[in-house]
Amino acid sequence: MTVKEIFETMDYGPAPESAGDALAWIVDQGSRFGHFIDGAFTDPGEGFDSRNPATGEVLATLTQATQADVDAAVAAARKAQPKWEALGGPGRARYLYAWARLLQKHARLFAVLETLDNGKPIRESRDIDIPLAQRHFYYHAGMAQLMDSELPDARALGVCGQIVPWNFPLLMLSWKIAPALAMGNTVVLKPAEWTSLTALLFADICRQAGLPKGVVNIVTGDGAVGERIVAADVDKIAFTGSTEVGRKIRQATAGRGISLTLELGGKSPYIVFEDADIDSAIEGLVDAIWFNQGQVCCAGSRLLVQEGIAEVFHDRLRARMDKLRIGNPLDKCIDVGALVDPEQLRRVEALVSGSDGTIYRANCDLPEGCYYPPTLISGLSSASPLMQEEIFGPVLVSTTFRTPSEAVEVANNTRYGLAASLWSENINTALDIAPQLVAGVVWVNGTNMFDAAAGFGGVRESGFGREGGWEGLRAYTRAADKPKALKQIAPFAGDDAEPQPVDRTAKLYIGGKQARPDGGYARNFFDAKGSLIGQAPIANRKDIRNAVEAARAAGGWAKATAHNRAQVLYYIGENLSARAGEFAALIDRLTGGKSGKTEVETAVNRLFTYAAWADKFDGDVRSVPMRGVALAMNEPCGVIGALCPDDAPLLGLISVMAPAIAMGNRVVLVASQPFPLAALDFYQVLETSDVPGGVVNILTGSHAELAPTLATHMDVESAWSFSSTDLAQTIETGAAGNLKRTWVNNGNARDWQGPAGEGRAFLEAATEVKTVWVPYGA
Amino acid sequence: MTTATAQTDKTAHLPQVHEARNPGMALDMDWVRAARANRSAIERRAGTLPGRRSVKKDYQAAWLARAISCIDLTTLAGDDTPGRVARLCAKARHPVRADLLEALGLKGLTVGAVCVYHDMIEPAVKALEGSGIPVAAVSTGFPAGLSPFHLRVAEIEESVKAGAQEIDIVISRRLVLRGDWQGLYDEMCAFRAACGEAHVKAILATGELGTLQNVARASLVCMMAGADFIKTSTGKETVNATLPVSLVMMRAIREYHQRTGYRVGYKPAGGISKAKDSLVYLSMIKEELGDRWLRPDLFRFGASSLLGDIERQLEHHVTGAYSASWRHAIG
Repeated sequence: MTVKEIFETMDYGPAPESAGDALAWIVDQGSRFGHFIDGAFTDPGEGFDSRNPATGEVLATLTQATQADVDAAVAAARKAQPKWEALGGPGRARYLYAWARLLQKHARLFAVLETLDNGKPIRESRDIDIPLAQRHFYYHAGMAQLMDSELPDARALGVCGQIVPWNFPLLMLSWKIAPALAMGNTVVLKPAEWTSLTALLFADICRQAGLPKGVVNIVTGDGAVGERIVAADVDKIAFTGSTEVGRKIRQATAGRGISLTLELGGKSPYIVFEDADIDSAIEGLVDAIWFNQGQVCCAGSRLLVQEGIAEVFHDRLRARMDKLRIGNPLDKCIDVGALVDPEQLRRVEALVSGSDGTIYRANCDLPEGCYYPPTLISGLSSASPLMQEEIFGPVLVSTTFRTPSEAVEVANNTRYGLAASLWSENINTALDIAPQLVAGVVWVNGTNMFDAAAGFGGVRESGFGREGGWEGLRAYTRAADKPKALKQIAPFAGDDAEPQPVDRTAKLYIGGKQARPDGGYARNFFDAKGSLIGQAPIANRKDIRNAVEAARAAGGWAKATAHNRAQVLYYIGENLSARAGEFAALIDRLTGGKSGKTEVETAVNRLFTYAAWADKFDGDVRSVPMRGVALAMNEPCGVIGALCPDDAPLLGLISVMAPAIAMGNRVVLVASQPFPLAALDFYQVLETSDVPGGVVNILTGSHAELAPTLATHMDVESAWSFSSTDLAQTIETGAAGNLKRTWVNNGNARDWQGPAGEGRAFLEAATEVKTVWVPYGA
Repeated sequence: MTTATAQTDKTAHLPQVHEARNPGMALDMDWVRAARANRSAIERRAGTLPGRRSVKKDYQAAWLARAISCIDLTTLAGDDTPGRVARLCAKARHPVRADLLEALGLKGLTVGAVCVYHDMIEPAVKALEGSGIPVAAVSTGFPAGLSPFHLRVAEIEESVKAGAQEIDIVISRRLVLRGDWQGLYDEMCAFRAACGEAHVKAILATGELGTLQNVARASLVCMMAGADFIKTSTGKETVNATLPVSLVMMRAIREYHQRTGYRVGYKPAGGISKAKDSLVYLSMIKEELGDRWLRPDLFRFGASSLLGDIERQLEHHVTGAYSASWRHAIG
């Protein structure tokens, strides 16, 4: 076209970014890559092609890691770790800073390579992926610098196996590597087989930064390599990817005593209230679901529009969709690039083709190849499969709602809980709804905002753990103290029946009521001399069911004010104190020890401690680079099921219960298995202390028998075990079902009398950090 | 499974035609009050647009030429004289050196209009005779709009009589700031009536309206009262045209068109001095309003120094060497 013709048509024309330097880098490496192990690239071996999805061209040949490769990588990381940790925070900060600078210096090379490999528009890799990756290294350089002073009791975990997905290859690498290395860990990382090139370029940069050998190891390959890493002798697995694979990893790591964080799928709601700035909300959708071709775990893929504006909103949305430009990802004027692989294209096509509702495809030019048009499926209801299933493509599904509470109900009607967006010009609506949304991240009048200072991660089947912020460091540190093995404690045996003045029938405590066990069985408990103390009911799976139902129904506790919860905890302490002598005597008799008095005193003290914490475990405001606030709010997990410590029959139960309910959780507690009777007397204290029914539920029985039911229960958000029966594997395997969080003792003892028996670790386990982004502007 | 198909914009590639004038409508306060403008979201959209749209090479040259065709070449200085205005008008006729236009195949390219104060209308009309370039006059007590109402109306009438085909009026900011939408509507209706056949551009002075929501509401009210164009600024406020303000006004224009079928023009003014900025504005128009608005009957830049920068870019495009300002005629 001539200038004169363009003057009339006013078309955009091509604006290609040159791929020359990135392709030259690949050629310089021989176009064939091995792994990066112990500071050097291995010789390329048997492998597979890495293609540019936009053209189908082979970019390079990669190597499939063998068992020996993974072993070598883990061994190199293991060998390097002590020295890396001993280097100290400031020493490590220098390296992280160097990476940040190197990522800046080579920004365009990384961006172009990412786009070639992944198919995402160059605008996104250039303006979003790479700058955010740099930001993560800067931020965590700072965390390394501050670790010694601010986290004096934190130690590195050791060797971290990290598996990242193909949608944000370098960015996810940065999210994984930066905090791990900052805290003194070494890593073995596997990029996705479709998108390994920027990780290999990063390895090349590691050499340039003079990084000690073995600190970062990168192995390439498919899921089988991932499985090898998961199975390897590592101290932690960090995985970002599908819920399906996350579940397998949860099962594969169960009971191994290693740390695990999972950042999985989502079906994030995008809620538009009638008072929203409609045009801005529509523009937000472009960044929510057509960002990175919709291949984003936190994509706002489920549109919920208030009925009164639904028609005009959808009309304008369709008009906006028609303006999207799809094509060559290297073109600087393109909104939507190529899907990552033809396999992904087929997946999306198959999902959409069977859908009900009205399907609208953007009326824009679609190039040949691995492209899928921006699509809207409207008129769906929560029952429609695509309202529930993650599509992971540029496909938005929509429905309507009538009221704010219905919006919350529909939004939360999902197995996932990664992110949510809400649009309203009314501060009351926005700030009321944000905390009610079940998600790790909520964006108010915005979407897909990320920063290293703000935690990111999900709840429910979107996984657990956070990346970014102070909370993100928990995923890469452990407490400094050395664990000691916990011996299994058996109840005392006996056959002697001691006559009591009046027979007492201890029951289970469910929903604020004393309840007979469903099975109708009880067990005799004896003291050290073999004398009968009394009977405790034997709870079964139905009692667990009833207790969880009661706990779920007591949701009002989470909404009670922290002051109110503190008052209740103080009151429990007060009432326990009034019966201190009686409990002390009972404990001594149950355990055959003499520490009853101390245990009760400590328990009262512990109740006071968590009463104190109830209104002081504050969230905070994060310094994210925008005009607005990112609130890191500590929210209760929900329903926590816990197997209480066997060794301290009263203190153990209170040490578990008090932090949980202080933070607004409801608990289902299975009392000390060998010494359950103190717990059953304790419910009388609860009954007199204004604890609402269902907030605390107490069962007695076999930990081993009840653990699977509790761990697999879909309506339990978190499962803890401090039992002297090592149930870590049972709990963690069962938890894979709904990907609930777990906290297990891995057969290690804890000093319930001492400082290890209380504090921040408990509060952190009892809360989820929700990041609420509130950009503002009058 | 049902599949809807889009209505293609059938007007997108029509040759330049003048629109049916916006006749205005009754003041619809429900609509005005429902207008929302979320500043941070609007700033994000405006802030990322330059990174999302890019025009290069021949396309860039064509777009820059298009920008020239949409310039209201302006002089609004106290020391304007007929001679100064004549020079500006000569530049309006020949905004780019002839050899460059020849190379681009765009001989005959002119700016959109010349914009002057009332007393300079006659010299401008004379200097532009036969060129087809309209003269626009700022009016109604420009720039503050605080002279007596009847004099502001009379000023319009005088300017139209003097030959101005376009009148750039200033609204009374106090009406917006006090929420007197009826007052603004009535004022604008009176200005429009006084313009007669001349087209009226309503200057909102957005830098003095306080909020983007006010900008959105004032835009709607002026369009309801029959504005042919809405314009950001006088160029005399501390903050003049910005991308966020433009986005709000363009979206108001779009909604007005969707509801009434009438296309109202848009004119950002003040502070647009770089060729690159003009490309961003054009892409925003293209994205938010569509190709039909990329014509001088629906889009103008109020600018004085922008042309000079574009000329240098065009010479670079033609010769491959970076240009110097003294190689181009001053206006």
